[in-house]
Amino acid sequence: MTVDSYAAPRQWSEFMLGARRSLPVVVAAAPFGLLFGTLAVENGFSTFEAIFMSATIYAGASQMVGLELFGAKVAPWLVVLSIFAVNFRHVLYSATIGRQLSHWTPLQRTVGFFFLVDPQFAEAEQRVESGRRIGFAWYMGLALPIYTVWIIEAWVGALFGRLIPDPHALGIDFLLPIYFLGLVMGFRKRAMWLPVVGVSAVASIIAYKTVGSPWHVSIGALAGVFLGALLPPGKPVREEAE
Amino acid sequence: MSTIFWIIVAGAVLTYLTRAGGHLVLSRFERIHPRVEAGLNAVPAAVLTTLVAPAAMEGGPAEIAALAVGALISLAGGGMMPMFLSATAVLILLRHLLG
Repeated sequence: MTVDSYAAPRQWSEFMLGARRSLPVVVAAAPFGLLFGTLAVENGFSTFEAIFMSATIYAGASQMVGLELFGAKVAPWLVVLSIFAVNFRHVLYSATIGRQLSHWTPLQRTVGFFFLVDPQFAEAEQRVESGRRIGFAWYMGLALPIYTVWIIEAWVGALFGRLIPDPHALGIDFLLPIYFLGLVMGFRKRAMWLPVVGVSAVASIIAYKTVGSPWHVSIGALAGVFLGALLPPGKPVREEAE
Repeated sequence: MSTIFWIIVAGAVLTYLTRAGGHLVLSRFERIHPRVEAGLNAVPAAVLTTLVAPAAMEGGPAEIAALAVGALISLAGGGMMPMFLSATAVLILLRHLLG
């Protein structure tokens, strides 16, 4: 256990390093933040409720699912259950990244876990892979710009969203899969990467066809994780030090 | 307060529990079995893949081509931004051309 005894300037530069990593995330998430605000109003949410949802749930895909089901007049408890199902993957993120946060105080962990969205997790894991420690200042430097802009986008989207002329022609509906593919590729040097990706892809597609969305995420993910646990790793892969 | 408000509150509480819960459960164990460790190391690729695969399967030629270009640029060592921008450019161009 080490104690955080860095001087304030060091903390600030760590924070700024994290903030710099947040830029591509903010750009990639922007269309979805705006789209969420727009769809929320179209599905009967007030502007306040749209902002409130982005600020408290803070998980794009589950917010969209929540909207869609609420708009379809599905029972409220089922809407909540679906939000939970879409977000269940965070249990795995939490268990995985939590191993690297033992030097944080309990309060830092309580705050930090709130911000554990997909890109936050992916960036943090990549930092671990490159052999560096996840400081609380770095983590929040990454988290706060993403979070703040996400909330502002819900508000702007709710006010002006309908002004986007043709979302399909601009490819907006498919930006997130492209972005997630980029994240997947970023982990390609890990042990068992290709088998895990293959099994997760096949399992999630089968589950998507049979059980249906959103369960395909948890089912596909667990298939890949089990494979990772069962197969002997080829060799310890932590060689790259960028 | 409206139904929407309470849906959001309940959704937010459950979402936070997923984000803190994995660590809370795992931290109860003194040491982590190597197989659990290996499974957790597979988490990023496993979870993020499930967010791409069904979308790829449902996609037409433009979507598939965009993902293929993105994957190739990543394999060639391109970073996130070159990969993201090229794949998006291919997507928009092909959607435009293919109608």
